[in-house]
Amino acid sequence: MIEISHLTKKFDNFTAVDNLSFSVAEGEVLGFLGPNGAGKSTTMKVITGFLAPTAGSVKVDGHDISIDPIAVKSLIGYLPEGAPSYADMTVLQFLDFIADIRGFSGQEKRRRIDKVVAEVELESVVHKTIDTLSKGFKRRVGLAQAIIHDPKVLILDEPTDGLDPNQKHHVRQLIRNLAKDKIVVISTHILEEVSAVCTRAIIIAAGRIVADGTPKALEARSRYHGAVSLRLASDFDLQAALAGAAEVGSIEQNAEDPRRFVIFPQPGNQVFSKVLDLSQAGQWPVAEFHLVEGLLEDYFRSVTQATAAKAGVSEAPVGQQAGVTA
Amino acid sequence: MKIMGIIFRRELASYFATPLAYVFMVIFLVMSGIFTFDLGAFYQRGQADLVPFFNFHPWLYLFMIPAIAMSLWADERKTGTIELLMTLPVKLSDAVLGKFLAAWVLTGVALLLTFPIWITVNYLGNPDNGVIIAGYLGSWLMAGGFLAIGSCMSALTRNPVIAFILTVAICFVFVASGSEIVLNAFTWAPQVLVDAIASLSFLTHFDSISKGVLDVRDILFFVIFIGSWLLASAIVIEIKKAN
Repeated sequence: MIEISHLTKKFDNFTAVDNLSFSVAEGEVLGFLGPNGAGKSTTMKVITGFLAPTAGSVKVDGHDISIDPIAVKSLIGYLPEGAPSYADMTVLQFLDFIADIRGFSGQEKRRRIDKVVAEVELESVVHKTIDTLSKGFKRRVGLAQAIIHDPKVLILDEPTDGLDPNQKHHVRQLIRNLAKDKIVVISTHILEEVSAVCTRAIIIAAGRIVADGTPKALEARSRYHGAVSLRLASDFDLQAALAGAAEVGSIEQNAEDPRRFVIFPQPGNQVFSKVLDLSQAGQWPVAEFHLVEGLLEDYFRSVTQATAAKAGVSEAPVGQQAGVTA
Repeated sequence: MKIMGIIFRRELASYFATPLAYVFMVIFLVMSGIFTFDLGAFYQRGQADLVPFFNFHPWLYLFMIPAIAMSLWADERKTGTIELLMTLPVKLSDAVLGKFLAAWVLTGVALLLTFPIWITVNYLGNPDNGVIIAGYLGSWLMAGGFLAIGSCMSALTRNPVIAFILTVAICFVFVASGSEIVLNAFTWAPQVLVDAIASLSFLTHFDSISKGVLDVRDILFFVIFIGSWLLASAIVIEIKKAN
């Protein structure tokens, strides 16, 4: 159990984390989302005891990080951003060093090192110096040191950054396997990753929580949720054809492909079957027809940009791409 | 204590995993040879002792030790491993001491490798070996003092070159404050002040040890000096580790 209450972290005059409170229970895989500079990494650094909080408290399994940092650090496995490791050591030497510090020796140490090497597939590079490894291998070495003591709490700052799609898939699978009786907190920019591995997502912006829920629930809050994406085969007056339908809220035409439309429902309504009926009755020249499930990305943008605007950080809105199929 | 040992071993091994340890030892041996035989006129003096050898140590250390010390913490900061180290269940004191001891042992090994000069002087004459052992001890203690300053300076910055320059500058102050030139500049000052300045100098304490006078106060000076600078290192790391 991680309990974070009223956590604030300031650097000089800059408030990186602003009165943050949440808790994470065993078995949860929490995705920590937010734009760059939102305070994700800072929060993780405070939880892992690298930075001292300016105010508020962090408790892991009942141990307060400010009072008993060693107890908390023993419970946590942490992959810092960029997966730093001692470049002049070989992978084996490095893992041996970490295992020593974690208090393992003899047979037990040997067994644990072998296990993590197999788990993150480092067999081919165990005798190479970390300096000479590719970014993907370095990241995996970082993961290996984080899980070597089978920690109750696993905190991973951008664990799949710099990996190729196969490696990403592998790491996600690894996280899912590890997650059973643990607490896993991962930060990421890749929103599909959240849908793929997380049971819960927290979006933070300017150091505050702006959304907290399951990835599905957050997707449902997107304005695309329940919308219909449609591509027409020939020119057709869609506005006129839908004029009578009360369920239809608005229609958006794609800027790049003028025959592609997204039909949004009125809040609280379903629009799919109505549009389907109308298209069949009116014999529309339909080429593609999808139900959009809701886009985490869209929701992410809407909540984080609203906060950025409030904070006075003007950022050009990213062009909304309509007609994205879900 | 156990954790400190683990960090100590890792650090020491990493000196020898890179050319750093070897370059340091070779240059140290070559330089101390040149200083002793050339500048120190070891043969011409016609005396069976190692005074010319030890006399140059403060000046040799002034440039050699900062070169080792500069990367102690600056590198950890630069590569981000400080975040790894400080989030492992490791006490800051263990990390500071472990790193310091590894560097100190490296200088100790370099110092021990000067043994041919000890053999030479024993072959040529009958020196007082007790004085020579005291000289080695004093020299090693002084190296520790330099290193402790370097540890603190290295903690201040993520740039090893800046750490090097700062360390040289501060070490110079602690060496030179005992020299005639500096002390003569303070002839106007009350004797107490002159004594205070001189007593802070490495030279004052090192000279008496290397003459074979093993005064507890001189040894205590170095021990307290090292302790204070290491404490300062820990405080600086704690304050500055975020940036």
